[in-house]
Amino acid sequence: MSHHDQYRKLKSTFMSVLAVFCALLVVLPLILVFFYLLKMGFSSLNLNFFTKVPTAAGENGGGMANAIVGTLELMGLALIMGVPLGLLGGIFLSEHGSERTNGWIRFGADVLNGVPSIVWGMACYTLVVVPMGGYSAFAGGLALSFIMVPLVLRTTEEVLVLVPHAYREAGLALGIPHWKITVNIVLRTAFKGIVTGVLLGLGRVAGETAPILFTALGSTSWNHSLKEPIAALPIQIYYYAISPFEDQNRQAWAGALVLIVIVFLLSTSVRMISNRRKRA
Amino acid sequence: MITASNPSLPATAADLPEPKRWGDRLFKTITFLSAAMVGVGFLLVAYVLIQGAWPAIKLYGWSFLSNTHWNPVTDNYGALPFIVGTLVTSLIALLIAVPLSVGTAIFLTDLAPLWMRQPLTSVIEMLAAVPSVIWGLWGLFVLMPWLHDVPYTWLNKHFSFIPLFAGPIEGSGACILTAGIIVAIMILPIVTSVSREILRSVPDLQREAAYGLGATRWEVTRIAVLSYARRGLMGAAVLGLGRALGETMAVTMVVGNSPKIHASLLQPGWTLASVIANQFGEASGEIQRSVLYEIGLVLVGVTILVNIGALILIKSIETPGSRRT
Amino acid sequence: MSDQAKSVADSSPSAPTPAPQPGSASPASMPSAKAEVAFDIQDLSIFYGKTQAIKNVHLQIPAMSVTAIIGPSGCGKSTALRALNRMHELTPGARHTGKILMKGEDLYGPHVDATVVRRRVGMVFQKSNPFPTLSISENVLVGLRLNGVRDKAFLNQRLEESLRMSALWDEVKDSLNRPGTSLSGGQQQRLCIARALAVRPEILLMDEPCSALDPIATAKVEELIHALKSQYTVVIVTHNMQQAARVSENTAFFYMGSLIEFGPTEQIFMNPKNPQTEAYVSGRFG
Repeated sequence: MSHHDQYRKLKSTFMSVLAVFCALLVVLPLILVFFYLLKMGFSSLNLNFFTKVPTAAGENGGGMANAIVGTLELMGLALIMGVPLGLLGGIFLSEHGSERTNGWIRFGADVLNGVPSIVWGMACYTLVVVPMGGYSAFAGGLALSFIMVPLVLRTTEEVLVLVPHAYREAGLALGIPHWKITVNIVLRTAFKGIVTGVLLGLGRVAGETAPILFTALGSTSWNHSLKEPIAALPIQIYYYAISPFEDQNRQAWAGALVLIVIVFLLSTSVRMISNRRKRA
Repeated sequence: MITASNPSLPATAADLPEPKRWGDRLFKTITFLSAAMVGVGFLLVAYVLIQGAWPAIKLYGWSFLSNTHWNPVTDNYGALPFIVGTLVTSLIALLIAVPLSVGTAIFLTDLAPLWMRQPLTSVIEMLAAVPSVIWGLWGLFVLMPWLHDVPYTWLNKHFSFIPLFAGPIEGSGACILTAGIIVAIMILPIVTSVSREILRSVPDLQREAAYGLGATRWEVTRIAVLSYARRGLMGAAVLGLGRALGETMAVTMVVGNSPKIHASLLQPGWTLASVIANQFGEASGEIQRSVLYEIGLVLVGVTILVNIGALILIKSIETPGSRRT
Repeated sequence: MSDQAKSVADSSPSAPTPAPQPGSASPASMPSAKAEVAFDIQDLSIFYGKTQAIKNVHLQIPAMSVTAIIGPSGCGKSTALRALNRMHELTPGARHTGKILMKGEDLYGPHVDATVVRRRVGMVFQKSNPFPTLSISENVLVGLRLNGVRDKAFLNQRLEESLRMSALWDEVKDSLNRPGTSLSGGQQQRLCIARALAVRPEILLMDEPCSALDPIATAKVEELIHALKSQYTVVIVTHNMQQAARVSENTAFFYMGSLIEFGPTEQIFMNPKNPQTEAYVSGRFG
């Protein structure tokens, strides 16, 4: 073997090692974040954290019960307002639209997906908070649903086009109206995929802070109405993280641990669903 | 007539109840309107931002983009510090994230043993799922103090003659470079997964041809894969740039929030998205709020242009009939 | 070979006979002189965009018998079949000229709803396609249910009848709630036949129904076709000439979008009038 060949071999090995190194470096932050979330967050979790609302600044104790519920509530609002639109839009793309209109709608959805989420907060501030005269859970939910629509729309389309055309043909050949086939056969066949898309979207909005910062605002007490401000974990984590009080910093870690558990529960259920789909 | 009558128990197909002709049309209309909401959402954002920014646009004109002052007391506002801060943090993020992501993508598609690929992909998906505010929290309490104590102090001690690393460094470690590193971590997953899709779309024939010529593994990657996928990888990088420009919460927590332009990366700065997050809620007076709308307009304009560029680059490589698992 | 089939076959395909009397005769009282006509195809042409898939076809398909459509691939036989229940319209850019009369009524008439046509003209596809999310019984009844039939007792009765007609009842009567896709390939295809029969169409179209089945399953489906023709008009597209010979009374041979020859199956295979038909059935091309 010539020197040149040896050099080439060596270089190839070096590059392979470099690629492995890159992969390790990519995984490293996740490991570190998990480590610190567990280390700092777990020790700060107690019963109070899950049952109490925040205390006045500077006082120790209290919890994030209202923020945990608030986050779930905001997710519910985003689900109710965002999923139907995204779902129906995705159905249009896969079942009806022409090549041309679909291209534009897809492009628009992709562009909207890239819009920084804080901009949706500004939009909902202007469209809801100002006219309604105050921050509200509704405004926060709406801002999150703006993020969900293009996500759900694209994933719905992707799973619907995977439903074999033969099923639609079989239904049409029975003289069933097209829309009934879509609802009863096509959607049902793609149901798991659609749920997966919705859960992924929920996982994304669960952790969003910027769009709800000046729509839902956050709160230190329980929310009683859609027209009132509402607490949310991400907002609470943010304010407690930048707070000068150590006890609040501590609770920020606990809140972050709870938030990441919520997010990962969603993505784990996604993986379980798609695994079951593969086996079926 | 080929129509159907309507007894409750149809003896033959012809006896089935007549289908409602408006059913399909109604359904199609509803779904179309929903899909069209995408366009409505777009117009809505444009309208809200332009309308909100209008007073500021009238007041400052183009000079807003080049003004370096930010003084709420005298209502003297300029966007340049935020534009520079956004561009510099995003650039740092790209410089770090793109090589790492492409390396990881190469590892995932061409090098990693098969059993490792799925778990590693899952890990990267998990990385993408970590919310921005958690990266901010971790950055604030873990990464930033360490960066300050170890690399920043060292850089400042030995390289402070280079303007990029000039002092004095903030005691907290909050600076443009920290923000760039956090954003890099946050865009790693998207750049990696798009790069991986791009590399997977390189036809196996390309690789086999190169192997057939006796190329080494790296030569195959470089000649057959990377050169083929270059445009797509650029698209992945530009998509990452689009994300980086809009990252808000984590940046707000570690960038230092100072409306000054410094040559040094170790000095605090501010970005377009994070100044909105910081000040929009409690903006004092109409002018400041309008200015923040205008900053939002700049942010959206730039990210949309960048995203369109990325989509075009990525689309250009998507060739049908290619695959790799 | 029944008299009725022969008398239709005697009339040349290019010269349409006068339209038959509409009305439904019971299968038992088959008139021997004048055959019932299920479809009267008059000068039918079908285009997909600029290409013409079917060229000026005249054909009368006799009722209560099995008609096979044969020809090399790409000859338009599937398109011709799909035109009979307007399924070809699902292909973007499809259009047609000419008429198809069913009981004297043009299937493409301005006030005719394609969904109603498709209920009356059922179809079975090349690849069995039971709905994967539905059980066996739901698969059979889906056409009735989604067309507004709710009566439980009636549906149960129709379920059993349809599965018996498709010779599947004894095999699945204890597992009606299992998914339709849990059946074997041949059973799935018979399930699809039961599904098509459950709405009680007047005509059953079959597009190469056995091409994906093994010989045993094929034999079962062919047996089924034999049994069905006492109650149904069956039109079957097949590329398998032995199958056409086994199951059909009449055969139409298509080539390059044109109907080359139509007549009693025996005649088409034993004594074709057209040299192209002869070349095809003797295996010299296609």
